[in-house]
Amino acid sequence: MLRQLCRKMFGRSLWVYHANSGGCNGCDIEVLNALTPYYDAERFGIKLVGSPRHADVMLCQGPAMRSTARALRRAYEAMPAPKLVFAIGSCACGGGVWHDSYAVLGPVEKIVPVDFYIPGCPPRPEAILYGVALALGLVDKKIVPAEVRAEVLPVPKYHPEDLRREEEVTVYTKAEKF
Amino acid sequence: MSLLSKVKEAWVGLRAGRVTLAYPAAPAPAPERFRGRPIFDAAKCIGCAGCANNCPAREILVYDVCQEIRILKYLGRRCTYCGRCADVCPENAITMSREFETATPRIGDLQQRIELFMSTCQRCGRCFDPPSKLDELKLRGYRFDDLENERWIFRSSAYLEGQPVVDDVPLEMD
Ligand code: SF4
Ligand code: SF4
Ligand code: SF4
Repeated sequence: MLRQLCRKMFGRSLWVYHANSGGCNGCDIEVLNALTPYYDAERFGIKLVGSPRHADVMLCQGPAMRSTARALRRAYEAMPAPKLVFAIGSCACGGGVWHDSYAVLGPVEKIVPVDFYIPGCPPRPEAILYGVALALGLVDKKIVPAEVRAEVLPVPKYHPEDLRREEEVTVYTKAEKF
Repeated sequence: MSLLSKVKEAWVGLRAGRVTLAYPAAPAPAPERFRGRPIFDAAKCIGCAGCANNCPAREILVYDVCQEIRILKYLGRRCTYCGRCADVCPENAITMSREFETATPRIGDLQQRIELFMSTCQRCGRCFDPPSKLDELKLRGYRFDDLENERWIFRSSAYLEGQPVVDDVPLEMD
């Protein structure tokens, strides 16, 4: 549904506003890399704008910091609706390696609602393009959560009557059966 | 004159050829040594929690339900793809894949959860022999990380149980 909405609302082009709320600059460089002629995000109509008031999409890099949270929130509220937020990098997605620092509040989703997550530290420019293409409905989502359970628990049941005394050691005679 | 310069420009542009990568229309696999998402192999994992204790992002949570069952949960959200977990794993149960197409609208898609059967050692409950100095930093014994709120708990008294992760920051707008 979100994808259909995206296609309808953002049918022509996405103007992106690039907000760094305290990342290490690695993700910024990759985002700018994705805008170079080699990766050429402009063929999807993506254009970098300087003000959140002109933007459809906010690209968040870096965790939500104590010092920048309010500015980030105000930038989000300055964007005209409908708006999308991309969390780029593991800082924005989950707080990154600094997630338990005193200055870091955590992922940016604590401050602004996030629509798409692009993890990586930093994500490759291809990964950013993939995320954008996913939002535009050009590619399918490839990732699914994995869960593995131990189906049968091989808990051995010891019965004292199966213990035998053999040459000074106690042996459990059914040991090989479980 | 101006027409001539335009023609010249077009000719230069045509001669330069095409540099743009066709991705995402055509696949662009990551280079050989690229480290992407770590993949956990439940069949090989012995549940030593070495990966959890050495992860710089505190990304892998361990919860001991009881003596026999240990849950290992990889969150995926703050993983820096550093490969340290794959390095310390004594059973090579973690492979750093070359997967980078991990963008998702739901962060929970990145999770990997393994429920492990643990054998019991009568002496300490959990045995793991540290092979190097780095590994001696590891915490042995039982772990009770908060799987719901995705928090790593390291014998901390500052942690308050049931604290929500999202929407707990009071923000005053001016
Ligand atoms: S995700 Fe990694 S590269 Fe990006 S801002 Fe955070 S630390 Fe830097
Ligand atoms: S790759 Fe690094 S950050 Fe990711 S789970 Fe392994 S040790 Fe943690
Ligand atoms: S280090 Fe390897 S064997 Fe130990 S818990 Fe992690 S994945 Fe399993």
